[in-house]
This record gives sequence, C-alpha cells and structure tokens, in this order.
Amino acid sequence: MLNKQLLNVKDLYVDVEDKEILHGVDLSIGEGETHVLMGPNGTGKSTLGYAIMGNPRYTVKSGEIWFKGKDITAKSVDERAKDGIFLSFQNPLEIPGVTLSSFIRNALEQKTGKRIKLWDFKKDLEKTMAILQMDPSYAERDLNVGFSGGEKKKAEILQLLMLKPSLAILDETDSGLDVDAVRTVSAGIEEYQKTCKGSLIVITHSTKILEALHVDYTHVMVEGRIIKTGGASLVQEINENGFGSYESSSEAE
Amino acid sequence: MKEKSQVEDIDRSIYDFKDDEKDAYRIKAGLTPEIVQKLSKEKHDPAWMELFRLHSLQIYNEMAVPDWGPSIEGLNMDQIVTYVRPNTKMKAKWSDVPEDIKNTFERLGIPEAERKSLAGVGAQYDSELVYHNVREEVAAQGVVYTDMESALTGEYADMVKKHFMKLVKPTDHKFAALHGAVWSGGSFVYVPKGVSVEIPLQSYFRLNAPGAGQFEHTLIIVDEGADLHFIEGCSAPKYNVANLHAGCVELFVGKNARLRYSTIENWSKNMYNLNTKRALVEEGGTIEWVSGSFGSHVSYLYPMSILKGRDSKMEFTGITFAGKGQNLDTGAKVVHIGENTSSYINTKSISKDGGISTFRSSVVVNKGAENAKSSVSCQSLMLDSESRSDTIPAMDIRTKNANVGHEAQIGSISDEAVFYLMSRGMSEEDARACIVSGFADNVSKELPLEYALEMNNLIRLEMKGSIG
Repeated sequence: MLNKQLLNVKDLYVDVEDKEILHGVDLSIGEGETHVLMGPNGTGKSTLGYAIMGNPRYTVKSGEIWFKGKDITAKSVDERAKDGIFLSFQNPLEIPGVTLSSFIRNALEQKTGKRIKLWDFKKDLEKTMAILQMDPSYAERDLNVGFSGGEKKKAEILQLLMLKPSLAILDETDSGLDVDAVRTVSAGIEEYQKTCKGSLIVITHSTKILEALHVDYTHVMVEGRIIKTGGASLVQEINENGFGSYESSSEAE
Repeated sequence: MKEKSQVEDIDRSIYDFKDDEKDAYRIKAGLTPEIVQKLSKEKHDPAWMELFRLHSLQIYNEMAVPDWGPSIEGLNMDQIVTYVRPNTKMKAKWSDVPEDIKNTFERLGIPEAERKSLAGVGAQYDSELVYHNVREEVAAQGVVYTDMESALTGEYADMVKKHFMKLVKPTDHKFAALHGAVWSGGSFVYVPKGVSVEIPLQSYFRLNAPGAGQFEHTLIIVDEGADLHFIEGCSAPKYNVANLHAGCVELFVGKNARLRYSTIENWSKNMYNLNTKRALVEEGGTIEWVSGSFGSHVSYLYPMSILKGRDSKMEFTGITFAGKGQNLDTGAKVVHIGENTSSYINTKSISKDGGISTFRSSVVVNKGAENAKSSVSCQSLMLDSESRSDTIPAMDIRTKNANVGHEAQIGSISDEAVFYLMSRGMSEEDARACIVSGFADNVSKELPLEYALEMNNLIRLEMKGSIG
C-alpha cells in the first residue's frame, strides 16, 4: 500500500470467555484509508473491533496490534483512545448522570490534555448535530438515556465527528436504522472522511451504508479469519452474490 | 498516571481538620441529673425545659439500647462530653465572628454559599450556634429563622413549647430520650400562612472537641399554604474517641403547605450517627425528603412521615454510600392515616470495600386510610464481593383498598459501561466514579448545584483507590 501505516494487526488470536474466536487475523490499515469488513453473522467481525479497542473481555492469546508505530497489544482502553482509536458501538449504553454534551467535552479534554473553551465547543457541537439532523436538545440529555436506536447511532457518529480520531472502527452502525437514518449517518461518515482524513474500519453485513462512501479495501471475514481482500468492487460482488462462495471456500481449507 | 477529573480534586483532609481546643468550657463527662441541671442553667432554659430535660434523663436511664441494628458497642456514654461552648457569643454579622471559627466554616464553603445569596445561614460550632443571620427579605415576609435557644424565650416561645418533642417524644427510643436531656443548638423556623420562601434556607453544624456529642434540635413549622426548602449539610473531623450524633428534626407541614428538607450527611468515619427525623403532614400538605448519607461509622437513620391529613403526600429520595468500616442502616418510614394519601420512596445504596448498607422501609396503612398509594423502590449497587447490601421492607396494611408496591434491585457496575467510558479516554477509576455518580443522580438532580457538586466530589473521594 502507498499510504503510511497506521494500524497493523499481526496474526491475532483472540479468545472470548475461553472460546477462540479469531484464528490468526492479519490486517493493515494505512492513513486516510477506508476499509470495509464484511462477513456472515457471528464470524468475529465485532470481536476484531473490540480487540483493537482493547476490551478486557477479549483476550489476545497470541499476535500483536501495532498503532502509529507502537505495539499497543498490552495498552489499556483509555490509552488507546487517547492515542486516537475510536469505536462506534453497535449497542451504545445508557449512562445516567452524564449529559451527551459533557461526555463529549470530557472526551476531548482527555484527548488533548487541555481544557476546552465552552463557547467554542458548544458552537462546534451545535453545528455537528445539525449535520446529523439531531435535535439540539439532545445535547443536555443524559447520554443515550431514552434515545431511540437511531438517535443512539447518531450520537456515536456525533462523537466521531467531534473527537476526530485517527482510526475509527464503526461496528454495525447501520443495524436497526431506517432508510433515512442510514442516509444521515452515512453523510456523517462521509463528512468525517473529508474533514478528518482519518482511517475507517466499517464493520457491516449489509451494504446500504457504503453506497455513498469512498471505499479503499474490502475484507471478507469468515469464521475468525480474513479470507479475502479486494477493492471497492468486492462490496458490489457480495451485494449480488452473498457470502456463499466464501463460506464454502473457508470450509475447504 | 496523572489523574484528571471533571471537578477540582478534593482531598479528604479538607473535611478532617480541627482547631486547637482553646479555653472552651467543658462539662464533666458522664450523665447525671446534676450535669443536666448545670447544662440547663448555662443555657438559661425556661423552667419547663429544665424539668423536661430531667424527665428525659430519667427515661434515658430506664430504656435499653436498641439491639436490632448495627452494633453500637463502641459508644461509651460515660466518655462523651455533651457540651462544649466556644468563646464567642452568637453574632448577627459575619464580620464580627472570630477568625479561627470563621476559618472552620470557610473551609467548609459557607461564606461562598453566603455570597451566593442564600436567605440565611445558621452555623453550629460545638453544640452552640455561633453565627446566625437572617436576610432582610426573608424576615420581611415574616419568616422566623433563629437558633433553638432564643426561640424558647422569644416571641414564639408558646409555639415552640407546644411543638417541642411532641412529634419525636423522649419515650420513642433511648437516643431520643438522651436528646431530650442534653439537646443543644439547632434551628427554629416558622413560615407564616401563604408565604412562599423563594431561596432555600440552610444550616451547617460541625463536631470539634474530642468526644463531644452533637445534639442539635431542628424544629420547622410551615403554616397553611406556605412553601419552604430547607437544606442541611454537615461534616466532622476524624478522632480516635467515638463520636456521637443524636440530633432530632421535627417538621410540621400545615394544610396545603409544602416542605422540602434536603440533607447531605458526611460525618467522619468514626461517628455514630443516631439521628431521628420526623414529619407530620396535614390535609393537602406535602413533605419531600432529599437525603445523601455518606460518612459515619454507624448510622441509624429512618426519616419518618406521618400522613395525617387527607390528600397529604410524601416523597423520599435518598442515597447511601457505605465504604470500608461503615455500617449504614438507613431507610424511610411512612404512616398513612388520612384518605387518598400517597407516599413514594426511591432510594439507592452503594457499598464498597466491605461496607454494609442496609435499607429498611416501613409502610403502615391504617384502617381508614382509604385509597392509600405507596411505592417503595430500592436499588443497590455493590462494587465488590466483600461488601454487603440488604433490603428489609416491612408493610402493615389495614385497609382493603390500598395500593402498595415494593421493588428492589441489586447489581454491580457494568463492565460494558466501564469499557464504553474508557473507550472515550476516561481512566478506569474515573469511569467507575462517573457511573456511581450517575447512579446517585436521583438525589443530585434534586439538590441545588453546589450541593450536587459536593456530593459528586464525595463520591469521587470515596471511589478513589477502589481499583487494585
């Protein structure tokens, strides 16, 4: 690849509750690249996302994860976040007692190590919420408490745009969303691509969300392994033919 | 790793300081009628109060120590000096109060609260009211806010005599009797008919002398149609000698009146907090309790509401945090007497590091309390496997058409929630503190901002060192 390397996953084996889910995954992401990770349900796509983020429930049995030229395999979740990794959750949790606005402001302060000017922050937040067609009153509501599925996902993309991470992992961001919401969220991701020029790993098993996005590479994951990597056209192919041929080829190995 | 927190870090030592014992006057340790008489004379009690104290002492000596709750073996009444008087008389102006006494309150943030245009602050220092100031605007409305001692002999002497320890009688339990014998300091508030007090009234009191007890008495009477929010916050330094707090709060809520009574209790970790709070509510009246219990070694605290008049209501929102070495036995009680009365109890408890938190509730619906509605909910959060949390509900329903419910939940901090917060750069310690603060938001949402911040600081303080 031509771009400077951002993330390098080397032969990663990951257990969840003593069950091995990832059986030797290799993945390289360059700066500014958008990678799509597709595959049938339950094949380990989210697991890879969680492992890169550092969720302690996901144990790395062997292999390494390198980010920005450093081995982060043993680093804690918050350190990885501060380094510039972001995970947009499939099922964002409700956190009573913390408003959406103060959550984002605190995350920004953690990242930059500096106090954030309230006025500038609020304007920025307002502007970004407008891009995502989010009701501004949500800023002062407790994080995700009582939010609909669509609003929770939008709140995740709002955080993506405000935090401007170097690497964003989007875990099934389109799941549970109606057509309009998918469009809005997609527009938000596009905005991230344009303004932050960060790298993306879009984990999905449907392709609606990808229609408007620029995709550099597509990976197909089946049963804990990446079995095929291709360009943007691979998305189209899977759209038409499904995962069938890949599942059988994985079994044949 | 350098710690970053959303609010300025507060060291526990801000609460753990004491001024040097000056030439403070002390009564002989131990409780004899002679001592009680001496105390009474010192305070220039009216004759009836001296008799009342002696009678209470008698009751105290005849009653047994309660044995159904956490052990209070560590309390040796013979060692407790009941009354320590500082060197200053009660002052009207803050500027006249002696420096070091001011310092004590300054470190507890009172002058700041004063600046923030609260209606008035009554502050107690070692069993005696030191500073008291009622703002003109509140006084102009006819609101009376004075120390208890003055109230005994002033314009409202008859009103006070009529109400004093009629709601919490000395015969109620041993520590009510003790209170009756040696009470000192506290506030008297009277809100006249129809008066709505816009600004919350607040009071502070603090324990200082080693072994000194606090027996302040709060008496609040809200007359028909009136509205008041009263806030208490208190703190005490750490000592080796056991400290006792046996205060008493009596609240009278008149017809169609409303009283909100908020407290954050943050006693030092060797205190025995045996407090008795009770409210009597007339027709159409409402009592709202907002209560945050932190600190103290052992607590017995069950604010009780008597819904005497028809259509009267009670709401209780509370949080209790029991850390290492603490055994906090708290809850709420309500008695439904009138028709169409309703009570709503929403409490949360947190236990950590072997702390024990017990929630006791008692709902009594009398015969004749038709259409009574009561809902009790208790959520417990246990932060580790050494801690303990118990819920002991009691319901006594004597009418057929009452609607009474109880719900209890117990849980621990969700790992997923911690992961979510950490994935945005929060340290594990901060993430846990954030989740626990969020858990306590039933109470913090009901408190004025500066109290909510203090409460969140306390939680952060308590959560420190909960990892590893």
